[in-house]
Amino acid sequence: MDLIRQIEAEQAEKIEAQRTIPQFSPGDTVRVLVRVKEGSRTRTQAFDGVCIARAGRGLHENFTVRKISYGEGIERVFPLYSPIIEGVEVLRRGKVRRAKLYYLRERRGKSARIVEDTRVRARRLNDADRKAAADERARVQAEKDAAKQEAAKKEEGGAE
Amino acid sequence: MRSGVIAQKVGMTRVYNDAGEHVPVTVLQLKNCQVVAQRTEEKNGYTAVQLGAGLSKVKNTTKAMRGHFASASVEPKMKVAEFRVSADNMIDVGAEITADHFVSGQLVDVTGTSIGKGFAGAMKRHNFGGLFATHGVSISHRAHGSTGQNQNPGKVFKNKKMAGHMGQTRVTTQNLEVVATDEARGVIMLKGAVPGSKGSWILVRDAIKAPVPDSAPRPAGIKGSAGAADNAEASNEGAE
Repeated sequence: MDLIRQIEAEQAEKIEAQRTIPQFSPGDTVRVLVRVKEGSRTRTQAFDGVCIARAGRGLHENFTVRKISYGEGIERVFPLYSPIIEGVEVLRRGKVRRAKLYYLRERRGKSARIVEDTRVRARRLNDADRKAAADERARVQAEKDAAKQEAAKKEEGGAE
Repeated sequence: MRSGVIAQKVGMTRVYNDAGEHVPVTVLQLKNCQVVAQRTEEKNGYTAVQLGAGLSKVKNTTKAMRGHFASASVEPKMKVAEFRVSADNMIDVGAEITADHFVSGQLVDVTGTSIGKGFAGAMKRHNFGGLFATHGVSISHRAHGSTGQNQNPGKVFKNKKMAGHMGQTRVTTQNLEVVATDEARGVIMLKGAVPGSKGSWILVRDAIKAPVPDSAPRPAGIKGSAGAADNAEASNEGAE
């Protein structure tokens, strides 16, 4: 592997260790959790919309999310491996026949809808996602329980 | 004045900094960059180190250069260049310079040979505007236009910007920021573009228009010797 790819792979690995990147494609409705810095404190902001394009490859890959906000179409391009993204969730899988859904820009309302994809592949991906999410929740819950037990033990010890 | 290094341009990529911003970087790699000879005040009238980098086959090295490398007991080098240094920053012959010669955040000047563009027109070479696309202009849409006055002076002045050979010249870019260094792989990452094609040899020096940070190793980041931190400590002790 050449040096450039090596450096890129290392960076991608670093991001993948922090968050898993779900499989999604143009037409899917996604929620992107973006870290926003306001003065000294940071918070996460969700950007919900339809993924209308994915471009580039490897570390340089990005995706475009479009949403209608107060009647105005807004598009935002996110690098897939950006550290300011805390996570991407797939809300709904869409059935589309284009890789780039730029035609949505000229459409409003009813004609801008995307039919939900209920085919096998989409279902399988959804199941995998749900399972991953459940596992994640279980893990967090287990951690919490463990912490609680630890605290309880400590208290007991203190009481004695 | 510290020595510079000879590095090979590997290509460009991007890195994300701590703030999550994306930084375009050029990746340079040091390939056994060693001191081949010294230039001293007594012998040559100036102080400098001659560095060599890369690995050249013996059969492709001239007999004269073979002798030169043999006297320094280093392997034949692909590229040889001199860097002026102050007398106290002289480096021993045979010492190998590593990537931690530079510290991240410092500014450097880089010199390379720009990519050749061949015989280029005035629009590409000097950013001329060209002529109109319509309004009766025929055949000469990318021409440079007038090149001078009339019978008086009756000649085209020297240095008139015209079409000609473009690129493949020595170009120096100043004040590029060092984003990261990796000693193990000999990698230096600089913010922004560096003149030259991939695989070309690049001279990297401390920026002349910015101070050298105190944490930079002096006289140089040398393989096998004390690291940058130790050098910094030593210099602090010296100051006390």
